[in-house]
Amino acid sequence: MDKTVNQKAWFLVLPVFLVVAFSAILPLMTVVNYSMQDTFGNNQFFWNGVGWFKELLDPSSDLGERFFASLWRNLFFSGVILAIEVPLGIVVALSMPRQGWTVAACLVTLALPLLIPWNVVGTIWQIFGRPDIGLLGYTLNHIGIDYNYVSNDFDAWATVIVMDVWHWTSLVALLCYAGLKSIPEAYYQAAQIDGASRWAVFTAIQLPKMKRVLLIAVLLRFMDSFMIYTEPFVVTGGGPGNSTTFISIELVKIALGQFDLGKAAALSLVYNLIIIIVCWIFYTVMTNAGADRKPGKETA
Amino acid sequence: MARIDLVDLAHSYGGNDAPEDSFALKPVTMTWRRGGAYALLGPSGCGKTTLLNLISGIVTPSRGKILFDGTDITAQSTQKRNIAQVFQFPVIYDTMTVGQNLAFPLKNRGIAKAAIDARVKEIAALLDLTPYLSRKAQRLTADAKQKISLGRGLVRSDVAAVLFDEPLTVIDPELKWQLRSKLKALHRDLDLTMIYVTHDQTEALTFADTVVVMHDGRVVQSGTPAELFDRPAHTFVGYFIGSPGMNIVPAEVKGRQARIDGHTIALERSYDRLPAGAKIEVGVRPEFVELAPPAPNLLSANIERIDDLGRVRFARVRVGDTRFAAKVPAGLSVPGNSAGLVFDPSRVHVYADSLLVEGEA
Repeated sequence: MDKTVNQKAWFLVLPVFLVVAFSAILPLMTVVNYSMQDTFGNNQFFWNGVGWFKELLDPSSDLGERFFASLWRNLFFSGVILAIEVPLGIVVALSMPRQGWTVAACLVTLALPLLIPWNVVGTIWQIFGRPDIGLLGYTLNHIGIDYNYVSNDFDAWATVIVMDVWHWTSLVALLCYAGLKSIPEAYYQAAQIDGASRWAVFTAIQLPKMKRVLLIAVLLRFMDSFMIYTEPFVVTGGGPGNSTTFISIELVKIALGQFDLGKAAALSLVYNLIIIIVCWIFYTVMTNAGADRKPGKETA
Repeated sequence: MARIDLVDLAHSYGGNDAPEDSFALKPVTMTWRRGGAYALLGPSGCGKTTLLNLISGIVTPSRGKILFDGTDITAQSTQKRNIAQVFQFPVIYDTMTVGQNLAFPLKNRGIAKAAIDARVKEIAALLDLTPYLSRKAQRLTADAKQKISLGRGLVRSDVAAVLFDEPLTVIDPELKWQLRSKLKALHRDLDLTMIYVTHDQTEALTFADTVVVMHDGRVVQSGTPAELFDRPAHTFVGYFIGSPGMNIVPAEVKGRQARIDGHTIALERSYDRLPAGAKIEVGVRPEFVELAPPAPNLLSANIERIDDLGRVRFARVRVGDTRFAAKVPAGLSVPGNSAGLVFDPSRVHVYADSLLVEGEA
């Protein structure tokens, strides 16, 4: 049977292609273009090759120093919030009720912080932590703890971290709760029959069954915290000094503060690359964890 | 191993105040002797799993007591009860190897490592799991996983009883047969009290010495497979056990005679003291009713179809408004649709309000 050759179907792809081209490919190419050039006023551009990238990856230069400092800050921040939010989320999920009207009440309460726009979260904590009018700041100072996120590095970090934990632990908890709910009742009954302690039930049943949702939670939280901008910017503005200046804040400073488009473009490309690599690692780990389930695939 | 006594045991998921008709398990008093192989048989929703979960302690009874060897354990938790249970769907601990899975119930009870290893080896050998002992349990097939579940149920030698809740549902039919024989052999080897819940009569009749039939939250009969077949104590037992099930027909019974659809058939025993006002029925298994050419002295029936089961043929007929199944003798061919039915009088039972009535000689 002869098949009719008809290439008209390509036209159906055209709108998508145009949208993607204008919204992603062309802007990205502009950034690549910027990253290779130096800009001066009056829209003058000069070819700089890979000069900005060399400078960016050289810690002894000014740009490199700022990049690596903010990168380590960012990684440290992600590590700390993951170390707090993941265990805390698991504990919250485990202590949630399994049935009855309290389930709905818990779910709604937990979801509330997730629904608040990021700059509003920042504003809430900015005011909450102020020593003069903020409930938290005033109370802490009143009971004798010298707390001021504007002048003290540690206080600024503590505020940003607590704010992120407040904002996002719910997400981990909700994901874990979904994982817990998917465990059939028979597992708990079998564990009772087998005489398992509470801890044994957690390590032998609940944790393995939550493994996949936990991976997703870690991925989401890592990505989000690695790209964090709005909340610390609203609360601390990256200060005191540079102590809470994360990569995204640094990027905005370079691009819009100094108007160094070339440096900013190089930085944003490297930033983007880091995020893609981390995503790829997580994706690989998750698909492998999934492949474990298929019988017959032996890895000793 | 222990003798298990149920005293007036009843359970309602709707609370103790619910009307007794709605109880998932209506009050039952019975004894499970030590070392017995029991099957708990009944259709879905008849309360058999509830009864099992009451014995294992997963469910706390609304009323009544459970005694293990005379000791009241009704209030004890599952962990303390010393009972093993295997569920319908395989439960395995994903992160552990097969060996660790089998050892888990023993390890949780603080048994010495050497003793655990020895027992795990023994059970693994019985279930043909030895080659898999050091493999991760997660990657095995559903059959193998269910074998691990069975193994965890059997691994403790000191349990009062091992309870099986339809454990072979997920297993392939061919392997089902093997595993069932294996369980039967294990029962002999390990000398454990076993209670096996199923809705499959073949499974129940091949596994158990004593079959307990449940219907609508009540234990309606408990006996050997032969007793259930020969003398069903309840019309439900007659109907549920056997394939095709027992014929149950409304009848008028007087002395040694039963009138069905205007025709009189003879009974072996005499029934003079039937309760007044009760619904009287006659029950006879299709194996003991033979189809014959129509004759004036036989109960006449209309043939609807004939099922050839290979070894034996059963005719599906209609007597008045009632459906009936009857054996077709070899070589018989009936012209047309009408036929007569020949009853074996010694096999015809009389039921009053669904319960078997003993006749007098």
